[in-house]
Amino acid sequence: MGIPATIRDDFPILRQRVNGKPLVYLDSASTSQKPRQVIEAVVRYYEEYNANIHRGVYSIAERATAEYEAARAKVARFLGAAEPAEIVFTRNVTEALNLVAYAWGRRHIGPGDEILLTEMEHHSDLVPWQLLAQERGARLRHIPFDDQGRLILAGLDRLITARTKIVSVVHVSNTFGTVNPVAEIARAAHARGALVVVDGAQSAPHRRVDVRGLGADFYGFTGHKMLAPMGTGGLWARRALLEEMDPFLGGGEMISDVWLDRATWNEVPWKFEAGTQDVGGAIGLGAAVDYLERLGMEAVEAHEREITAYALRRLREAEIPGLTVLGPGIDDRGGVVSFVIDGVHPHDISQVLDTEGICVRAGHHCTKPLHRKLGLGASVRASFYVYTIKEEIDILARALLKTRELFRVAG
Amino acid sequence: MSLDDLYRDVILDHYSHPRNKGTVEGATVTREGANPLCGDEIRLSLVVRDGVVQDVRFDGKGCSISQASASMMTERIKGRGVQEAGRLIAAFKAMMRGEAAGEEMGDLEALQGVRKFPVRVKCATLGWLTLEGALEEAAR
Ligand SMILES: Cc1ncc(COP(=O)(O)O)c(C=O)c1O
Repeated sequence: MGIPATIRDDFPILRQRVNGKPLVYLDSASTSQKPRQVIEAVVRYYEEYNANIHRGVYSIAERATAEYEAARAKVARFLGAAEPAEIVFTRNVTEALNLVAYAWGRRHIGPGDEILLTEMEHHSDLVPWQLLAQERGARLRHIPFDDQGRLILAGLDRLITARTKIVSVVHVSNTFGTVNPVAEIARAAHARGALVVVDGAQSAPHRRVDVRGLGADFYGFTGHKMLAPMGTGGLWARRALLEEMDPFLGGGEMISDVWLDRATWNEVPWKFEAGTQDVGGAIGLGAAVDYLERLGMEAVEAHEREITAYALRRLREAEIPGLTVLGPGIDDRGGVVSFVIDGVHPHDISQVLDTEGICVRAGHHCTKPLHRKLGLGASVRASFYVYTIKEEIDILARALLKTRELFRVAG
Repeated sequence: MSLDDLYRDVILDHYSHPRNKGTVEGATVTREGANPLCGDEIRLSLVVRDGVVQDVRFDGKGCSISQASASMMTERIKGRGVQEAGRLIAAFKAMMRGEAAGEEMGDLEALQGVRKFPVRVKCATLGWLTLEGALEEAAR
């Protein structure tokens, strides 16, 4: 069972033309497009039962609360959590990672402790730890990557020490596309008593994730990359871990009782959900999970693998002079293909592609240290999802040849 | 929007054959500029003496617009008075805002097309803003 050929009909945005050309959206690693089913779920909330949750005793408030919590249960099942309470809703994965750094890190990480990251982390999984390390006097270390964009695990035993408190790793790299061996890293981390944080921004949308099988202690994901509205996402962790943690933000809803000078905390997960939440967004996230479950994550992964393999082959066969693809071969790669072309700057490439209706990302994709290590200021990234079709890859390959032609003098 | 408005021949020519590329020996002032959003970088080195830009070179990496604009700029200001260069900077910035330049722009007019691509305006002005900073430093 694959992805139905009619899938593009579910995505209204894909019907339009841009600069007189059909829209070719190849920037799903940045944010995915949204199917009608998700948009309608959000509209239904606002049109039929918009009310604040966990407060009103009236019918539409009860419905809003029920749908919000139903969305949590869907996400929990989708990620293989033991129960809905293990899912904390956040605005995005960035907030989920910050939550761990603040609420867990501040309590447990002290001077001289170590935080192990990788050289391919997104800024979202670098900067919160830098802030924490500066505040607590901790030391940051990094797992290096090789020239194929694969993590070098040979020295892992030396990188994880008795002082290591946290190992935080991107599951699927948003620049290389590399699928990292999280389970292997987690085993080594746990053997030394460190906790494992996984940045799942690029894995939850694209493959079957089983947070408990993965060996993670914390798993963050972001809704807008998995068909859901902007401003949705969350954090998974085991109940016991969430319970022993301090709160992150203080305010309404996260409390159990409040006096003028102190407060006690609500149960998990609400302890971490201070203030009025994006209820419509969460309900949209629930609808997105329904949509992905109907497709089947195995079918999603197989489709992307086919498109990615096709893209790698097509770019090779097009023989675009000076083109280099970053990252590993198809066996260790998600639906991300970043590349550079000698003598043509990524922004110029992206600009020319735009006139063909093609959306790709040009820049450092929030992985500046990764690009710096490669001696690059920027790269171009094409990324794929359930609605990507081979014809779009063909359009990309042809447009790249045209770009190369335009800048031929510069080569 | 047509690509030809952006990638005029003179721009592509300066991109592939940059003028005054490198570093001036015995520079009296050097200055770096960067566009953090897209990673364009420009390094200017100048010899400013007796109120005249005696020599200027640029180095850096970035897109065709940022590099060509810097190349054209060095060609234009080399050997010119500091005051004249200052007027040209103002005129270039005005042109990129869509206002009257009030100066003879010559080849630089080719960069007007960039205005139709708002995110690229910063690329075109990078070298000029770096020059502005360098001349201020030289005046101190
Ligand atoms: C690997 C990875 N981590 C983190 C993020 C940050 O996601 P968000 O901006 O939704 O928090 C992204 C996406 O930009 C990503 O690709």
